[in-house]
Amino acid sequence: MNIVKRRIILRFPPQSGDKPLSYVLVKDYDIRINILKAEVMPGKRGSLLLEMEARQSNLDKGIAYLEAHNVECQPLDKRIQFNSDKCISCGNCTAVCFAGALTMNQVTWKMEFNKELCVACELCVKACPLRLFDIDFRDGN
Amino acid sequence: MAKEKSYQEINEKIKKGEAVVLTAEEVAQLAKTCTPEEIVEKVDVVTTATFGAMCSSGVFINFGHADPPIRMEKIRLNGVPAYGGLAAVDTYLGATSVNSNNPEYGGAHVMQELIEGKDIILEAWGKGTDCYPRKHIRTVINKNTINEMILFNPRNAYQNYNVAVNTTSKIKYTYMGTLLPNMRNATYSTAGELSPLINDPEFKTIGVGTRIFIGGTTGYVAWPGTQFHTTKPKDENGVPITNAATLAVIGNMKEMSSAFLQAAYYEKYGVSLFVGIGIPIPVLNVEIAKRVSINNSQITTTVLDYGSPGQPKLGYVTYEQLRSGEIEVNGQKVRTAPVASLAKARTIAALLKEMIEKGDFLLQEPIQMFPTGTSLKGLAEIEITE
Repeated sequence: MNIVKRRIILRFPPQSGDKPLSYVLVKDYDIRINILKAEVMPGKRGSLLLEMEARQSNLDKGIAYLEAHNVECQPLDKRIQFNSDKCISCGNCTAVCFAGALTMNQVTWKMEFNKELCVACELCVKACPLRLFDIDFRDGN
Repeated sequence: MAKEKSYQEINEKIKKGEAVVLTAEEVAQLAKTCTPEEIVEKVDVVTTATFGAMCSSGVFINFGHADPPIRMEKIRLNGVPAYGGLAAVDTYLGATSVNSNNPEYGGAHVMQELIEGKDIILEAWGKGTDCYPRKHIRTVINKNTINEMILFNPRNAYQNYNVAVNTTSKIKYTYMGTLLPNMRNATYSTAGELSPLINDPEFKTIGVGTRIFIGGTTGYVAWPGTQFHTTKPKDENGVPITNAATLAVIGNMKEMSSAFLQAAYYEKYGVSLFVGIGIPIPVLNVEIAKRVSINNSQITTTVLDYGSPGQPKLGYVTYEQLRSGEIEVNGQKVRTAPVASLAKARTIAALLKEMIEKGDFLLQEPIQMFPTGTSLKGLAEIEITE
């Protein structure tokens, strides 16, 4: 069976810090997790960007487990808005993207965005002089 | 005897649709197998271009007179201050002027919206005079209601520009983009071998009156640009190895397109304007053929530390190295990124080539050549005693 890798933003409700949820993902569902970004506002909420690698069926079960504990799960690429039609390929965003998601094509010199490599550092949001990026790590819908 | 061509000969060929036009990138390729003598024979015109943020840009506007009329002494366009010291209903709106309530919105944005035909709120105040009795007006304008909008940019198209790095431990927000701490990135802004003033470094064909592509239409070189510096250090090819000469350019903004004039906001710096400029260079003789043959490996620029006071010099790199994605500075490998659009510059060079091939764009010989031996003055702080 295929092993899949997904980047998911988890949004934790208040008072959810007492459950070792990521431990369960590893132990019970055999998901390899890699924490790419985390932000905790005690008593309010928390956001976590996880890269999860597992069999598809285990990944589905792991996400269902999280959602059963009121943790919202959304793929990272759904939370990234990029207005590509207005992009002029100036390259400013590629200067700050150490994850390698934003790169210049060395032949056409057009900017290319591989969302799968994004770690939601959000540096591009401010670096783009046309303000074409919006990454929603914290708030959700 | 080496071949010499005149503007008239080349223009005759353009009119007949017989002129051979290459972009500066194409001629740099051709030069790998052809001598300059052969290039003069084969090529008539080389198109160069650039598309970068050029802060010293703006537009003259004439609003027309209201009834009763007003002598506008304080002017706001969508809240952005425009100059109020220029006759009754003339103004100059600078690209970097900003709305104080929204500093991310400035003159460049108003210019782009005007080009796109959008409505702009004009508010103006005057003291009221016998001939201009009105003291205040608040109305809506757009490109169709105003008499003229004339783009006039005092300093564009820099001949070469520095590479920016940041050696400090703090992130720096600059007009050269976001510079990560500890030299984690380096940014550069020149189109290299495609850049106009690098292909004619001694201004043999570019001067006052040169017809150019600007912002999507035809315009002119109006004058040498401000901070016009011709005595900066040059390499063995005669090309300055740092920012040197500039151009003042002019064109009818009513004919321009936001595809080639684009507003920008730089974090913790301010508003600027991306300007698209294309300049044709006639291949008049062997000397010019040599100049336009230059390629990225032959163009050097200076790496400066934008994080430290005085921007200390850290070394030199070529555009070939910059384009490779990585340079070495003080023994450290540094990732590079452009901050001006080569893709757009290529579009402009190709468009200009097409216009010339079709006979829609003739070359204009400069009516006055640029000065030589110029340098820059700093600004002294002189104590003023009342």
